[in-house]
Amino acid sequence: MSTAAQTPPRPAAEPTADGTLANPRSLVDFVLRARTFGIVGILALLVIVTTLIQSNFLNGSNIRFILGDATLYALVAIGETFVVLTRNVDLSVGSVVGLSAYVSANMFQAHHGIAIPVVFLVGIAIGLACGVVTGLITAIGRVPSLVVTLAMLYIIRGVDTIVVGSGQVVANSLPNSFINIFHDTVLGIPDLALVTAALVAIAAYYLRSYRSGRELYAIGSDPDAARLAGIPIARRVFFAFVLSGAIAGLGGVFWATQYNTIDATAANGLELQIIAAVVVGGVAIFGGSGSVVGAALGALLLQTINVALNVLGVPSLWTEAIGGFLLIVAITLDRGIQLRLAAALRKRRQHLGA
Amino acid sequence: MTSTSSSTAPPSPPSTAPVLSLQHASKAFAGVHALADVSLELYPGEVHALVGENGAGKSTLVKILGGVHQPDSGSLTIDGSGVFLTGPADAADRGIAVIYQEPTLFPDLSVAENVFIGRQPLRSGRRIDSRAMDRRVNEIFERLGVPIDPERIARGLSIAEQQLVEIAKALTRNARVLIMDEPTAALSPVEAKRLFTVVETLRADGAAIVFISHRLEEVFTICQRVTVLRDGKQILSQPLSGLTPEDLIRAMVGRDLVFGEHEPHEPGQKVLGVERLTREGVFIDISFDVHAGEVVALAGLVGSGRSEVVNAIFGIDRYDAGAVEISGRKLPGGSPTAAMRAGIGLVPEDRRQHGLVMELSTARNIALASLARLRHHGLISAGAERDFGLRWAEQLQVKYGRITNPVSLLSGGNQQKVVLAKWLARKPSLLIVDEPTRGIDVGTKAEVHRLISSLAGEGVAVLVVSSELPEVLTLADRVLVMREGRLVAAMPRAEASEEAIVAAGTGQPARAQPSPEVGV
Repeated sequence: MSTAAQTPPRPAAEPTADGTLANPRSLVDFVLRARTFGIVGILALLVIVTTLIQSNFLNGSNIRFILGDATLYALVAIGETFVVLTRNVDLSVGSVVGLSAYVSANMFQAHHGIAIPVVFLVGIAIGLACGVVTGLITAIGRVPSLVVTLAMLYIIRGVDTIVVGSGQVVANSLPNSFINIFHDTVLGIPDLALVTAALVAIAAYYLRSYRSGRELYAIGSDPDAARLAGIPIARRVFFAFVLSGAIAGLGGVFWATQYNTIDATAANGLELQIIAAVVVGGVAIFGGSGSVVGAALGALLLQTINVALNVLGVPSLWTEAIGGFLLIVAITLDRGIQLRLAAALRKRRQHLGA
Repeated sequence: MTSTSSSTAPPSPPSTAPVLSLQHASKAFAGVHALADVSLELYPGEVHALVGENGAGKSTLVKILGGVHQPDSGSLTIDGSGVFLTGPADAADRGIAVIYQEPTLFPDLSVAENVFIGRQPLRSGRRIDSRAMDRRVNEIFERLGVPIDPERIARGLSIAEQQLVEIAKALTRNARVLIMDEPTAALSPVEAKRLFTVVETLRADGAAIVFISHRLEEVFTICQRVTVLRDGKQILSQPLSGLTPEDLIRAMVGRDLVFGEHEPHEPGQKVLGVERLTREGVFIDISFDVHAGEVVALAGLVGSGRSEVVNAIFGIDRYDAGAVEISGRKLPGGSPTAAMRAGIGLVPEDRRQHGLVMELSTARNIALASLARLRHHGLISAGAERDFGLRWAEQLQVKYGRITNPVSLLSGGNQQKVVLAKWLARKPSLLIVDEPTRGIDVGTKAEVHRLISSLAGEGVAVLVVSSELPEVLTLADRVLVMREGRLVAAMPRAEASEEAIVAAGTGQPARAQPSPEVGV
């Protein structure tokens, strides 16, 4: 997915192509594209099978439900993708979403008639601040991100609990204009979905077309080589965490518009679903490859699975286990494809008489 | 096939100014001279060979030129003006590019991106102009005559192709000095030939190239000038015309360091039988025996597959075909546990990483491979462990502060003795020692040699992998030589000489008699 679709003149071809095997590049490209197509295919299959069993699966409210959750997850997954691409992980996004959701919703109680854009800015600022702290410790302090963000998960959640106390924000304290953000649509598409789609597009374009975007891939692909190439690793990783925090902060405000009633447990455990979406979406957990489009599709797929299981009457007790099982299937499949690909490339090289 | 014979060599040095000149460079690590008073002049349009045994100081010299190390003394001039390289980036900015044997590319990025990472051509809005990027990389590959698609990802490129990507990187940075550190070591003959064509193209364009290789026929094919290093010193530096491979070998190995005398052993029954052992792409068709009471040395260049063979015998690495027999019984592959049970001990090449648990005490490290014997009702008492460690440490004369102190506090030589003690405590029938004295001071070296020799005297079959020829000649009753994954020579002690081993290891036709002036 990294290179543009158009093919400039190929190098003067030696008689290397033996015709029996596709050339390695198209093979690699195919597999990379197949990852994205694969998710779309599985998604289509899931929808078709579920609809065959339960014909009312694709009714308006289900679609809205899927899109509502999936787009929120996809939004947060954008930031997580940036972090994972650099061979790091951000476990704190769930807590950031929770804190931002409460603080932003609570602003309507604290400051009557506050402008909604200000609330959004506050939510983003909270996430940004969390991202700065995480980024500083990880990128500058060189502490493994798994540990740092795990600690941040608890710290931010702890702050959230203290701030919320025993209280909660309830729907009737929120202005209708705020609640309606979740229900508003433009040309039938929810506002949140538009925002997410726009951010996915911007992020995808940035990652493909800017030096600093490519350097995020480089860092995750081989950190040592990145250092040798003079890439400012600390600055790039720091940026990834700040972005992840800011987007999670934005996600928190949207969370408030969607759920209305917010207490200290809001978005608890969200981070694992986000990471699952990112990984299912084909972003390599050890960095270096993947796309935000894939991650967004991963979020959509996981959410559709949840709703489908629900519609099919699978007891909700089972849905988590089945979701986990499907995650393993997806990753095992992906790993298998990778190994086959590597083997095919090796084999082809031997064909060339190396 | 290249048109470079000494007669068509580039202009003689006095008429051209060197692009790079290193004068009287010295470098010491922890008081040990890695490089002493070495001077090197590189001329445009000339390929300069750098040869020498392992540990002769080639890598140190490369790292100084590449800005990785700063010399303790000496001066560097580029284009006539004195410079001080502050780091690899500085060296690259000044037009010096180092191409390592196994380049580190970004496997997930495209070839063109690997070439241009951080310096991608831009179009409006600071966006990467990927078409221009691909086009420029394509032009370079066309000029070099190599078919690599700039758009494919780097994962799956052969090492030869990876090197070409590195060369393309150097060319886009307008490098005028290219240093190639053993580029052909991991290449097939076809790939190496293609690389030579590329090198010749670059040379004709006026680049100054340093070419490091153990294969002397390559040196004579593509280089015009040669510098030989030995033990950190510059032995010779002159045009290749008028030199023979024998001259170079003599310059590489001739040394004044006298090692211990070889003590012959009386071989007994066959202990280890290796039958047509093969691992695809690593080693092929390796067959040999080791008998009780005999020391067999596995010599050859680094990367020729020696360590891989012994790791396969011990079951750390897998093998694709062939068989290993211990005392007439077939040893299942891929199981170090089975190998240990069959009576094999392995002292690995990297003792810090693989031979010892650095945080554990000396006693515990010694007892580590014998815990089953020390167990009493399933428990291991600290006292038993300590006594066991003490006994063996004494026996091998390990110099330690306290037996319960971490083994990391010991010197390299004493650490190696601890690894040996760990295996000797198991009373092995076959002991494999990979680089027995690497990084060990001379005094302890002799002790380790004596120890290995006396082991054989007690009837243990010993297989030694060593890159140090004097060590091989001190220890071995028989010398096996590997080159490029194959066993190319087997010589009894009487026929083995440094020259014969180097000749076999580098693929030079062997001269039976060493020249008189080389004899120690």
